[in-house]
Amino acid sequence: MHRTKVRVVEDALDANNTIAAANRSDFDRENVTVVNLMSAPGAGKTTLLERSLDGMAEEGLRVGVLEGDVAGSFDADRLSVLHIPVTQLNTDNGFGGECHLDANMVRSALPSVALHDMDVLIVENVGNLVCPAEFHIGEDSRMMVCSVTEGEDKPLKYPLMFRACELVVINKVDLLQYLDFDVDLLESNVKQVNPQATVMRVSAKTGEGIDEFRAWLRALPARAGERRADAHAHAHDHEHGDHDHGVLIEGDDHDHDHEPANV
Amino acid sequence: MHEFDLSSAIVATVKKHAGERKVTHVTLRIGRLRQVVKDTLEFYVAIVGKDTVVEGATLEIIDVPAVLRCTTCRNEWEIEIPAFICGSCGPGAVEVATGEEFMVESIEVEDEESAACTAPR
Repeated sequence: MHRTKVRVVEDALDANNTIAAANRSDFDRENVTVVNLMSAPGAGKTTLLERSLDGMAEEGLRVGVLEGDVAGSFDADRLSVLHIPVTQLNTDNGFGGECHLDANMVRSALPSVALHDMDVLIVENVGNLVCPAEFHIGEDSRMMVCSVTEGEDKPLKYPLMFRACELVVINKVDLLQYLDFDVDLLESNVKQVNPQATVMRVSAKTGEGIDEFRAWLRALPARAGERRADAHAHAHDHEHGDHDHGVLIEGDDHDHDHEPANV
Repeated sequence: MHEFDLSSAIVATVKKHAGERKVTHVTLRIGRLRQVVKDTLEFYVAIVGKDTVVEGATLEIIDVPAVLRCTTCRNEWEIEIPAFICGSCGPGAVEVATGEEFMVESIEVEDEESAACTAPR
């Protein structure tokens, strides 16, 4: 026997990222902006959606939800009263499920997601502050919910997650009056690991701050479209050198294919 | 706890490059920002790699420090705690220079002697 060293130099998550890019081009084809919604278990992801998605369609934004859960359809059942397209995706294989969604799981669920009926798809990830941050699913935007019952130090303990998200929603602020919790400290810890993050304080129970979140969601497709056009323009830069891309950054309704971005 | 899935990703990448050949050594390059616990990763790679060409391979992990760069003053510095703020410019954009790597750097495989002999010298 003879030993040979083989140079690999490959990101071990390349396989996932390739599938994420395939998801991305499906979303682009249907003009759907995708949000990867993450949090610890019990932070209030589903309650936030229940509270904020009601009536969105009347305001001109068609939102659908892909519910990732270890088991059961409790969350999908809760959202079904909103009369929006909800698809349940269980990670359970019979003996306890995965702790996160990866690109392949999302891909396997896509045939049952009515992409043509929505402008925004929110993928509710499995409750977990570690693993979901590692696996791109083809999303445009990543956000998380962090509740005031979790501890101010969480951003410092889970920087991978807090850095991955452009929006951090601090939930359950209605409980602050009963808790010994420094919400300003939590917010400054979020800013310490992710200075660019948008932070909102809400109560999905009382509705406080929900309008701000709804406004963020409504603005998302235009913002994601600009970002994709930017990525597209940069890809062109590399091919053709510098030229004016003014027309490309109008929005996301131009009719050619995008380069897969953000994966 | 993410080490299990990361281990599966590593084993899959190694298998892709090794083909049928038995793997004796795997070198990984992992950034500190990945929050990977090495012992746990080794433990899971052994489990996931069992009954595959990866079984019994030794694992070497090259630790890549977390280095940030300020997009304003272009200074670079290494961090030991998760503070993503430039000391001179204050809050603003910093980018990660190194520390997010999760690479299979190289593998060592056993080749059949005969195959090695027929290779042109």
